[in-house]
Amino acid sequence: MLNRDEDILQAAETWQKQGHGVALATVVETWGSAPRPAGSSLVINDDGTFLGSVSGGCVEGAVVTEALDVIASGQPKMLEFGVADETAWNVGLSCGGTIRVFVEKVG
Amino acid sequence: MKLEILKELNAERAARRPVIIVTDTANGEQRLVKAKDIAADPLRAELSKQLRMGKSGNVEVAGNKLFLNVYAPTAKLVIIGAVHISQALAPLARSLDYDVTVVDPRTAFASPERFPDVPLVAEWPDVALPPLNVDHYTAFVAVTHDPKIDDPALLHAFDRDCFYIGALGSRKTHAKRAERLRAQGAKDSDIARIHAPIGLDIGAVSPSEIAVAIMAEITAQLRLPPKEKEEAA
Repeated sequence: MLNRDEDILQAAETWQKQGHGVALATVVETWGSAPRPAGSSLVINDDGTFLGSVSGGCVEGAVVTEALDVIASGQPKMLEFGVADETAWNVGLSCGGTIRVFVEKVG
Repeated sequence: MKLEILKELNAERAARRPVIIVTDTANGEQRLVKAKDIAADPLRAELSKQLRMGKSGNVEVAGNKLFLNVYAPTAKLVIIGAVHISQALAPLARSLDYDVTVVDPRTAFASPERFPDVPLVAEWPDVALPPLNVDHYTAFVAVTHDPKIDDPALLHAFDRDCFYIGALGSRKTHAKRAERLRAQGAKDSDIARIHAPIGLDIGAVSPSEIAVAIMAEITAQLRLPPKEKEEAA
């Protein structure tokens, strides 16, 4: 169940206490064969360090980049990732699914 | 997410109490709902359904899209009795994501050879059970057939309000057990909570089939709404 996210939410709290800017990215919707279910999350700090997973590795890099923006601006963002388009060099999900990821600042 | 919400979320999860975070994904507004407050919440129908399924999801309320993120504790299964049925039940329950512990003071039964990879406690229930932190998110089955072991364990399960309590034995055996438990102070409402004979009636014969019947009954107890649960029983 979702208990495996426990340590990462604890890490988010610890980072915040240490004075880091922290963002939380959460899968809120999935279509097709998405790698991680709704509720899966990734926490990111202002060093670019991250824990957890929203896709099993396919789009984490892009989420971290967006999360750094969110930490700077304080404004939440909704990201959407679909099938990887290799010719366009976009990040995406090779499994063929689509996911929406909500990114918010902690604190 | 506000730091206060994150702190409260972490505290509730550490205490193994279910929590749902409700987020308006259009503007980031958020609130935390504890399981005990769901009944009084305007979203109680949606919240209780998502919690029962242990699944996060979206709902639309008055044109607002809300994301309900469910944080439910991992269910535990405590098996009293390192018997043949338990050898089938423990791996099946693990495959269903339960944290499984087997308790049996008889060391000949509670041996690692018989239960590879399963936490075993070869102690009597009065010693074995308190450190296991048996709680509401625990399914509890007593299958030793020995009243000296099963009875004190069942009294502990009543006390901790386990979501499922089952005990092996025919109707006749169970009637005797009920008498003994009453004599030890159990209430009729406690005894009524015991599923006995244990497991859904699927005509199970072998230990593995009995394990399937038990896990089916536990799943129904965990996932079905109260009314449908009565019909399944």
